[in-house]
Amino acid sequence: MTLDTLKPGESGIIVSVGGVGALRRHLLDMGLTPKTAVRVRKVAPMGDPIELFLRGYVLTLRKEDAANIVVEKENEK
Amino acid sequence: MKQVLLALAGNQNSGKTTLFNCLTGSNQHVGNFPGVTVEKKEGHVLHHKEMTLVDLPGIYSLSPYTAEEVVTRDFLLDEHPEAIINIVDATNIERNLYLTLQLMELEIPMVIALNMMDEVRASGNTIHVEALAEKLGVPVVPISAGKNEGIHDLVEAVSNVVENNLRPMHFDFCTGEVHRAIHAIGHIIEDHAYHAGYPVRFAATKLVEGDEPTQKVLNIHENDLHLIDHLVEDMEKALGTDREAALADMRYQYIESLCSACVVKRGESREQLRSEKIDRVLTHKFFGIPIFIGVMFLVFFLTFEVLGAPLQSLLEMGIDALSRQTEQLLTSLSVTPWLSSLILDGVFTGVGSVLSFLPIIVILFFFLSLLEDSGYMARVAFVMDKLLRKIGLSGRSFVPMLIGFGCSVPAIMSARTLSSERDRKMTILLTPFMSCSAKLPIYGMITAAFFPHHGGLVMISMYLLGILIAILSGLLLKNTVFRGNPVPFVMELPAYRLPAAKSVLLHMWEKAKDFLKKAFTIIFLASIVIWFAQKFSFDLQMVENSADSILAKIGSFIAPIFAPLGFNDWRASTALITGFTAKESVVSTLSILTGAGTDAQLSLALSSIFTPLSSLSFLAFTILYMPCVAAFAAAKRELGSMRRALAGAAYQTAAAYIAALLIFQIGRLFV
Repeated sequence: MTLDTLKPGESGIIVSVGGVGALRRHLLDMGLTPKTAVRVRKVAPMGDPIELFLRGYVLTLRKEDAANIVVEKENEK
Repeated sequence: MKQVLLALAGNQNSGKTTLFNCLTGSNQHVGNFPGVTVEKKEGHVLHHKEMTLVDLPGIYSLSPYTAEEVVTRDFLLDEHPEAIINIVDATNIERNLYLTLQLMELEIPMVIALNMMDEVRASGNTIHVEALAEKLGVPVVPISAGKNEGIHDLVEAVSNVVENNLRPMHFDFCTGEVHRAIHAIGHIIEDHAYHAGYPVRFAATKLVEGDEPTQKVLNIHENDLHLIDHLVEDMEKALGTDREAALADMRYQYIESLCSACVVKRGESREQLRSEKIDRVLTHKFFGIPIFIGVMFLVFFLTFEVLGAPLQSLLEMGIDALSRQTEQLLTSLSVTPWLSSLILDGVFTGVGSVLSFLPIIVILFFFLSLLEDSGYMARVAFVMDKLLRKIGLSGRSFVPMLIGFGCSVPAIMSARTLSSERDRKMTILLTPFMSCSAKLPIYGMITAAFFPHHGGLVMISMYLLGILIAILSGLLLKNTVFRGNPVPFVMELPAYRLPAAKSVLLHMWEKAKDFLKKAFTIIFLASIVIWFAQKFSFDLQMVENSADSILAKIGSFIAPIFAPLGFNDWRASTALITGFTAKESVVSTLSILTGAGTDAQLSLALSSIFTPLSSLSFLAFTILYMPCVAAFAAAKRELGSMRRALAGAAYQTAAAYIAALLIFQIGRLFV
């Protein structure tokens, strides 16, 4: 599944980061690398973008960009 | 004493500006990097006059994609600073160290300023600073820029690395296949890198990443390029991933192991928990947008009504009083009429119009820096992003555009906080389409004369027209001038923090100074030129009747251009020219030229110039055409070149012409 399909409160582990060029590069630079744990904290009032928590900080990105990131959903503890 | 050039580099939201202010005090020089609209701040380190510190843009990586990253790279590689101060947010150390690892590869003496250590301690967490320094091979100084702690030690450490030329030496963060590739490529390009003045290690890493600028600079033979590609392919095969992901992954893996050895975390930081709680309200699904509207309403109300208007009228009263005294003095000295007119109508009006912007700028930037420094502005971008995305902008542009409804000058100046150069330029071009408050008297004049019962409707339509033109322009620009990939909207939401008073005040002072210094000449000159054209005829005699002035003659000359818009009248076109000094001048010029003394007379006189339909096209043109000289000066400053500012003004005027033309010609079919 991809990162944009996670619901608020759900967590996942990044499997791979797709896309090309500046966007992909930027996602990698911001720490969205394979095996990183990500939690979706929130969806913006208008339904997009989404708010993520990873590596101890909060990042926001658009759903269309999050769709490039393949994640494995973590089971609720 | 030997001059020392220092570079301050770090992530956005790492407290870089606060540290810069701590290190340099108020002694700063703000400009742009050559050729781009990326801000460059410079200052001397306090008590160390020999040290010049350059504040580089806040970036997350040295990739070659954004103007900010390129500027930083070029500066570090070409200007050869004696040392880098790398500011690292200790509460967010993992991601911050990612840039650190790349900076180290430049082999420039470096000190890490580990900021916000007070917050780390307050959260009950610990960072073993010495272990971190030893593992990285770079001195690490714990500081708290907001509390002015550790600054002295930092300067000391910087002096030390500069004096002893202590370059980062440990590159053991690369491992396995990547390490092999970097090494092999390093051997191939050693000579090229040396000639290009590039650190070998940096160049080799960048080639592994597939960095095009480095390939060009190094000027590598075709054969060697093939060899390099081959090496990279082998690496990709062995790792089962591509070159870009491989390096990012490697750096983060190293950082993870580093942090597990040096950082003792007892859970999420206090700031994060607090921010999450605040966000539950401020970016709430239903309350988020109303709260934002409320906040902006409050800022507008306080800026333009409660504080701005009284200060402005106070300023006007002061200038008036001064002007009256000067008039008395000039009369008593029996100065020639043209000179006294120059001083009273030219100089005083010019200075007056410059100063009238000052209260608004100061107050607005006080609030804006509160919103920015507290972290709320990033939330606004988050909440509003969806609205602006379709025209190729991001939520970040929302606030400058909104301020445009108050005044284009601070709106354009506030675009500087946008982190992408492309978004910044587009925002500066589109903001003047938001109908500013100086245009209100024009609405009043036209509606009183032609639509006394539908004033509100006309006004709202015109505001919407401006927004519509901005949207259409955004779409047009997105697909022409600003084609290509927009900078992705991948933005950090920093933890909420209490803004530091010093930073807020410095920011205000800087904006005010900036506006006065840069805008003064242009606004002043334009006022004098318009004054001259208004008071003199072509044979350089002062005119009695304003119809004989140079301005009126130019107005008559260009009037036919507006015939297709429905107002081929020299008084209308002359008013449009004076509108360039300040939009509200359109009203006063029309009253002067029609000889109207009262509003009622003006309404009557206007009906001899316009029909109701052509009054609408005139109004539309006035709302949309190039902004006043103060806004133009701000745009020139922020866009970094007169050529770009002129192109923007030409575009805005053309858009105004087309919109007014359509209104008149289509309207004619129905009336």
